[in-house]
Amino acid sequence: MTTVFQKPHALTDAPLHYCPGCTHGIVHRLVAEALDELGIAGKTVGIAPVGCAVMAYNYFSCDMVEAAHGRAPAVATGIKRAIPDNIVFTYQGDGDLASIGTAEIVHAAARRENITVVFINNAIYGMTGGQMAPTSLPGQVTQTSPYGRDVKTVGYPVKVCEMLAQVDGAAYLERVAVNSVKHVKAAKKAILKAFQNQLDGKGFSLVEVLSSCPTNWGMTPQKALAWIESDMIPYYPLGVYKDITKEAD
Amino acid sequence: MADKVLMKGNEAIAEAAIQAGCRFYFGYPITPQTEIAAYMAKRMPKIGGTFLQAESELAAINMLYGASAAGKRAMTSSSSPGISLKTEGISYIAGCDLPALIVNVQRGGPGLGGIQPSQSDYFQATRGGGHGDYHLIVLAPSSVQEMADLTIKGFDLADQYRMPVMIFADGTMGQMMEPVSLDAGGVQQYDKPWAVTGTGMKRPHNIVNSLVLDPAELEQQNFDRFARYEKIAEQEPMWESYRMEDADYCVVAYGIASRVSKNAINEARKQGVKVGMIRPITLWPFPKAALSAAAEQVRHFLCVEMSMGQMIEDVELSIRCNKPVSLCKRVGGMIPSPADVLSAIASITKGGN
Amino acid sequence: MTTNLLFAGFGGQGILFSGKFLAYKGLIEDRQVSWLPSYGPEMRGGTATCSVILSDEPVGSPIVGEPDVLIAMNLPSLDKFEDTVVPGGKIFVDSTLIGRQVKRDDVTAYYIPATKIADDNGMSTLANMILMGKVLKECPELGGSHTEDALRKVVSARHQDLLAVNQKALELGANV
Repeated sequence: MTTVFQKPHALTDAPLHYCPGCTHGIVHRLVAEALDELGIAGKTVGIAPVGCAVMAYNYFSCDMVEAAHGRAPAVATGIKRAIPDNIVFTYQGDGDLASIGTAEIVHAAARRENITVVFINNAIYGMTGGQMAPTSLPGQVTQTSPYGRDVKTVGYPVKVCEMLAQVDGAAYLERVAVNSVKHVKAAKKAILKAFQNQLDGKGFSLVEVLSSCPTNWGMTPQKALAWIESDMIPYYPLGVYKDITKEAD
Repeated sequence: MADKVLMKGNEAIAEAAIQAGCRFYFGYPITPQTEIAAYMAKRMPKIGGTFLQAESELAAINMLYGASAAGKRAMTSSSSPGISLKTEGISYIAGCDLPALIVNVQRGGPGLGGIQPSQSDYFQATRGGGHGDYHLIVLAPSSVQEMADLTIKGFDLADQYRMPVMIFADGTMGQMMEPVSLDAGGVQQYDKPWAVTGTGMKRPHNIVNSLVLDPAELEQQNFDRFARYEKIAEQEPMWESYRMEDADYCVVAYGIASRVSKNAINEARKQGVKVGMIRPITLWPFPKAALSAAAEQVRHFLCVEMSMGQMIEDVELSIRCNKPVSLCKRVGGMIPSPADVLSAIASITKGGN
Repeated sequence: MTTNLLFAGFGGQGILFSGKFLAYKGLIEDRQVSWLPSYGPEMRGGTATCSVILSDEPVGSPIVGEPDVLIAMNLPSLDKFEDTVVPGGKIFVDSTLIGRQVKRDDVTAYYIPATKIADDNGMSTLANMILMGKVLKECPELGGSHTEDALRKVVSARHQDLLAVNQKALELGANV
């Protein structure tokens, strides 16, 4: 019998706890495929965040560490410095990375830490039940912005790729989405590259993934994917924000 | 035995850590512990180690968490306000049963406080400091030699019991120079099968984690951890008895306060007062047995502390309040003088407080 | 035998250096020693102090509150610490920088124009060691030997060329 499709080896058999229609599962799979394809799962250490992906340590079959809220890049720094020949990645959501952990992510990039960051931007705090995130869109209704995000009082969303593009130490920054087959394929390519960069010692690589949260957005999964296209992508344009790997070594 | 050299307490900690095999230091500048970072910055690159100045205390403790999770001997150092910031990470390290060495060269508080020596972080250190049920092993040096020796011992205790260990000093201990002999001998190796170093596709994945959503399981984890703590409380208390053989009065003091107290005790002895001292070296586990034995012998205890009275609670608990315990204190960066302690001793011998 | 010394002056006058020199001398002579600086903002220009204890018994408190020997290198230091010196103690005054006399009559005062001597001899940063030369001469309990060995320890490896000039400063002080 020919196998035409199977679960990546870098995922365990643990059933995912994510809500129906949530795209965390897709991104987990893309990360796991990258580890498999590069043959690095056996020397990889992943760092799970606080947020919906908190239990990612049960899903990836590589060694895993669970970090405090926002501190994953610091934990990754400690691990990478301790075992530089291993591959180290963090998997962080928008509250974790772009709110409580802004100092850690900016300085990990500034230090040119040779790590890979997978950043899930779904414009909401999912685990705690749908509060306004640093990346919630202007006007977006959440539990803590019940009248819509009013930029006059709570300010504007944080654009992580644009911000980190100003940091000299960052090597590779790309924003992708997982709302269509085409976008998922591009996301896979970006994540693969972010790991390859680490193998090549290029320094800090981050892939921002625009993701859906049907439960907390109050939408069907399909509508949520459409909302990424109609509302998120215009505010967070996809593309490469920085890539020093194209420049001469 | 290595030749004696003059070293600051802070430098002795740093050099001893290196001799103990620590190759990873993560810190953030704060007075009065800066010499540790400066020493590490100079030495680590030359011995293939890592010195990293983090963006904050939060980051520093989490870098330590990462390096320790990877199975390496690693440390951080700070002073009181910085330790407060690190308590989040320390709680995680304790919850993940990771070894780590944390140095607190205390200064006066609360808040930003001052930069002069203090012992007012006693509760924070001996009760864990952060959220949840946990302990650190807390080692309180009272000489530069002990700054070095307890650092080396601290790494071993941390590895042996898989828990964070704190070197609990103060600005005076960090800044003073005394002759010190640094000779760690061989570094003891500990198996760390739990470390995240990559599965090599040969074993199930290791997970370093303190999230346990099943309350029954989390309860059991706490029970197991405290069973380990009980063993530590039995086996690891350290203290020094000073002129206690015939003592009618017992001073209890640690760190710089114990040094000042020795002067006062010797002076009081000249005046015919039979006074001695129990100097706790481990503040957790507290040397309860030594104190309770002393309670059988002496009439009155005197706690000398650079806090508003924190260790005194452990003394009273240890002796089950069987004997009166008085307090001689200075705070805010002030250090009691031998005369202060002498007059407190005189006061208790007259039956006062 | 225990000698408690307090060095006091402005930051930058070499207070810590001369204290360290003496501590090393004690170490070489196998005595018990401690050295404790004041630290913090005062190290950057304000009044700096350094406590040094040389003893034949283990040193208790490293803080010198009642010095046997006070070395004062500026007026605020003399004002602040004159009264703390034990009766019968010694006060060494840099008389170039301190215009007044010691008020107490139960201590021995020595006036050394250390800063001027240093300037006159092209060693303007070594007033501290000129004073130290005088201290060693007048305090036989500190021992007169091993000065060169101690200097070798305290002068950094890069600056061993400064050994001779430090030695000269000690001699100039001793001969005041």
